[in-house]
Amino acid sequence: MIAWLYGIAFVILAPLLGGLVAGIDRRVTARMQGRVGPPILQSFYDVGKLFEKERAYVRASQNFYILGYLIFIAFSGALFFAGGDLLLVIFALTLSHIFLVIGAYSVTSPYALIGAERELIQLMAVEPMIILVSVGFYLASGSFYVSEIAAYGGPLILLLPGVFIGFFYALTMKLRKSPFDIATCHHAHQEIVKGVTTEFSGSTLGMVEIAHWYEAVLLIGITWLFFAWNPLVAVVAVALVYLAEIFIDNTTARAKWGFALGSIWLVTLVSTVANLAVFYIGGMA
Amino acid sequence: MELLLFLILFPLLTAVLCLVLPDHPIRRWVIRVSGVLIGAGAVYLLVTSYDSGMRLIDVPHEPVGMIMQVIVLAIALLVLYLGVRYRKPLAVGLILVQTALVQYFEFQYAPGLAMEANLFVDEFSIIMALIIGVIGSLICIYAISYMRCYHEHHPEIEDRRRSFFFIMFVFLSAMFGIVFSNNLLWFFFFWEVTTLASFLLIGYTRTEEATNNAFLALHMNLLGGIGFALALLYIGVTGAPLGLDRLVEGGAAVALVPAVLIAFAGLTKSAQLPFSSWLLGAMVAPTPVSALLHSSTMVKAGVYAIIKFAPVLSGTVPGLMVALVGGTTFFLASAMAITQSNAKRMLAYSTIANLGLVVACGGIGTYEAVWAAILLIVFHAVAKSLLFLSVGTVEHQIHSRDIEDMDGLIVKMPRVAAMILIGITGMFLAPFGMLISKWASLRAFIDAPGGLVFVLLIAFGSGVTLFFWAKWLGRLITRPLDEENIEGRVKTEEISVLFALSALVIGVCLLFPRIAHSLVEPYVLSIYGMVTQLGQDNEIIMILMLAMILVLPLTMLYFGNGRDRRKLDVYMSGRATTPDMHFKGSAGIDRQLSLHNYYLEGYFGEGKLMRIGVAVSVLLVLTMLELIVVPGVLA
Amino acid sequence: MAYMKRSPWIIHYDGSSCNGCDIEVLACLTPLYDVERFGIINTGNPKHADIFVVTGSVNEQGRQVIRNIYDQMPEPKVVAAFGICACSGGIFRECYNVDGGIDQVIPVDVYIPGCPVRPEQIIDGIVRALGVLEEKLAKMKEDGR
Repeated sequence: MIAWLYGIAFVILAPLLGGLVAGIDRRVTARMQGRVGPPILQSFYDVGKLFEKERAYVRASQNFYILGYLIFIAFSGALFFAGGDLLLVIFALTLSHIFLVIGAYSVTSPYALIGAERELIQLMAVEPMIILVSVGFYLASGSFYVSEIAAYGGPLILLLPGVFIGFFYALTMKLRKSPFDIATCHHAHQEIVKGVTTEFSGSTLGMVEIAHWYEAVLLIGITWLFFAWNPLVAVVAVALVYLAEIFIDNTTARAKWGFALGSIWLVTLVSTVANLAVFYIGGMA
Repeated sequence: MELLLFLILFPLLTAVLCLVLPDHPIRRWVIRVSGVLIGAGAVYLLVTSYDSGMRLIDVPHEPVGMIMQVIVLAIALLVLYLGVRYRKPLAVGLILVQTALVQYFEFQYAPGLAMEANLFVDEFSIIMALIIGVIGSLICIYAISYMRCYHEHHPEIEDRRRSFFFIMFVFLSAMFGIVFSNNLLWFFFFWEVTTLASFLLIGYTRTEEATNNAFLALHMNLLGGIGFALALLYIGVTGAPLGLDRLVEGGAAVALVPAVLIAFAGLTKSAQLPFSSWLLGAMVAPTPVSALLHSSTMVKAGVYAIIKFAPVLSGTVPGLMVALVGGTTFFLASAMAITQSNAKRMLAYSTIANLGLVVACGGIGTYEAVWAAILLIVFHAVAKSLLFLSVGTVEHQIHSRDIEDMDGLIVKMPRVAAMILIGITGMFLAPFGMLISKWASLRAFIDAPGGLVFVLLIAFGSGVTLFFWAKWLGRLITRPLDEENIEGRVKTEEISVLFALSALVIGVCLLFPRIAHSLVEPYVLSIYGMVTQLGQDNEIIMILMLAMILVLPLTMLYFGNGRDRRKLDVYMSGRATTPDMHFKGSAGIDRQLSLHNYYLEGYFGEGKLMRIGVAVSVLLVLTMLELIVVPGVLA
Repeated sequence: MAYMKRSPWIIHYDGSSCNGCDIEVLACLTPLYDVERFGIINTGNPKHADIFVVTGSVNEQGRQVIRNIYDQMPEPKVVAAFGICACSGGIFRECYNVDGGIDQVIPVDVYIPGCPVRPEQIIDGIVRALGVLEEKLAKMKEDGR
């Protein structure tokens, strides 16, 4: 029962936390660029404005797909914070992204199509890594359940340094930050206009934004698991990781999708093999 | 016992009737009624036997053995004749070698190995029987209207539907024989019949391409058959039991060599690398053939054999080699599927990949792996047959099997498109079946000794499969122009079969806990003494997800209306675009928008990956065979 | 809450401008003027935008484009003509290829003259546009949309 409460708490609180994180992200980015930057609550204003816009559409079904995207991201995050099976969380997350991709396909626009294809490439690129993160947690802590991983009681980061490095590398793509923001980008427009979200406006776009908040909180949660044994260390570590991602975002240009895919796979392979092989050789499997 | 004989022999009756009767409503009704009876028979088997565990059934060896001998020789003569007529020396050579080996076994050893417990039934064979009986029958019923349409569209091809249905039903009979045979000689007999059936059906159109592909399939399957024959000889020479149950019980000490040889035969039959090209070539056959033989049933016979021997292969080095072949095939075939725009070829690659996963589980052979493998077989058979048949129906209406031509299908043929959607999601999305099976395989690999390689192969492979399925899914939903609904032209019978299969896909997902508890777990328990589950709470959550997915489309009623909403144009950088997507490009040239998927040839090119795959798998297979040939290596 | 005022997203289109005004518009995004602190983002996509910023005048080819972009913007939306060319055609008004200011094609809400228009004027103009935006939003809600 407690688990269900955590899940519901996530569904209600995560947008608030996620929106704040997004706002802080923009503020820090601005400061790094020598600007003042928007207020921290800016993301909330943005979404509020989007819901006030006219209800226009390109294809009637697009809202249905984006609603699916939002619901399943919220669902996978809720499952995570309720302590559920990490693999199921990942599969639900993939399901939600497929909804987004299908939504982009359904509008039949050149920019949205390219965005959709590249979003699929993104999914293909990070899927191995996040599956291997779960595998790593299982080998280190003996369980796939988030509740048990979090209760492990030892520094998982010391058992899984390679996996963490690989995860950090893939996190750049998951958070849609340069150099791996190949499908759609947060604020500046890019050579494929807005990619996946090109044809979405008003409340549809608002839902996409909220879904991003949920996802950000979920990813922060996964990062937290590496440091869960000491909450203070975890807070600092997560903050540092996010800061590093913002820094990388600001200092790199977008990579070609071929490089993005190839380098993420390579880093995944090398870092996880080096890390997980120890478990198999050491007989800890 | 009568039920088993009914299932094996009744399709033969139907086959003969189909051969004799002309194309007439009576023949169609014979097929429909037979299909229903066969399906009902399989279900009746389930209902009466599911909790009986494994039962051996005594059937007198003679005169069955004699009949089989005669038929085997007849098949050999037929192949010899065709090999000579079409000038295929390899086929002639292979059949001669195989026949020689088998006949030697027959005369030298078989009399001494006569056994009574020639048939058996257990939970796994019930599952296989259900697949053959229910899905197989549905496909045969579908084939009635499909083949009629096929011959209308291809008047240049000789109408040999009598032979077609004859072979299809003979094939069903042989498949039942495979899954119920305890006597390995009988197993081999039915195996050979399926090889022949596949060969004849691939070559149905008698074009040069079809003939060449048929012989390619024949060569590879005969090679496997030789492996099988060598296994029989080994049993004869060493005095190992000829009964499957006693052989597997004997463990690696007694059965490793025949297990590896039969696994080799299984690899050829299920088109694993390096033997994958025959399955790709087999796609020239009419779609019901692709659905029945080359995705849901015959190729499953190959992996069925490997799974049966999984307890023997478990923990051995040759077993590891088999598993590696499967794992490599899974990853590379999935990658190659990305580059295919021909829907049937893509489905073929996907089939090969999924079978690779089953083979990997079989080679690893732990109780978790076998559990995962059986679930994979079930879910794959249902979803893949649905997809193949749907592609067949679509092809007849839009006259193309290219994915790029299937855009707007959701408008042109909404119900069929919806069912393809169900099939596709059934293949890769949570909470549908294949996802469950992949999940189970992942868990099995993690816990297996030396499993890291397999974990990596499945982690990377599953990301890859995502790509090509989602691409196709998206293609069906894009609607560039206002298309008209042409679905009315599809025969009701075809749509009904598709509908039944879609219901099966969803039903099997909803019922998966029940299937696992009632059938799969008892089977695994009886062999390994241990059992595994996916976790009760996970099952509940997945049912929840399924419910959400099924309910979500209802929101379309709210959104789909668009009464008070403005419709916006697609963003074309500000260029004025006509409703049929014409616009003025640079220099004022009139252009039309055309959207295509990525095929990533440069990265996942078929040629390159196939070369790597063949090289690696040949190495693995040769190592595996050499390990059993050099006895000292066997610890 | 007045969300519209705090989060105005712009789309910038260049008609037949000499690019002088464009550069001034882009200068606003730089650290020196930093309009993002008002929540302004330059999205390149009409469907995401609230304010249509146009520089340069209208010619034959540009008419349809301006109309197209305007139509694709969801309500409420405002049009701001930056620079004298966008307002009335500027010094090029008599040219054979120039049709005049933006109001030849779409209704303009805010005119900001200048050649080129200065960042301070741009920011001031946008603030005016925000007021118009809020009015339009109120009207939209009244009409029950």
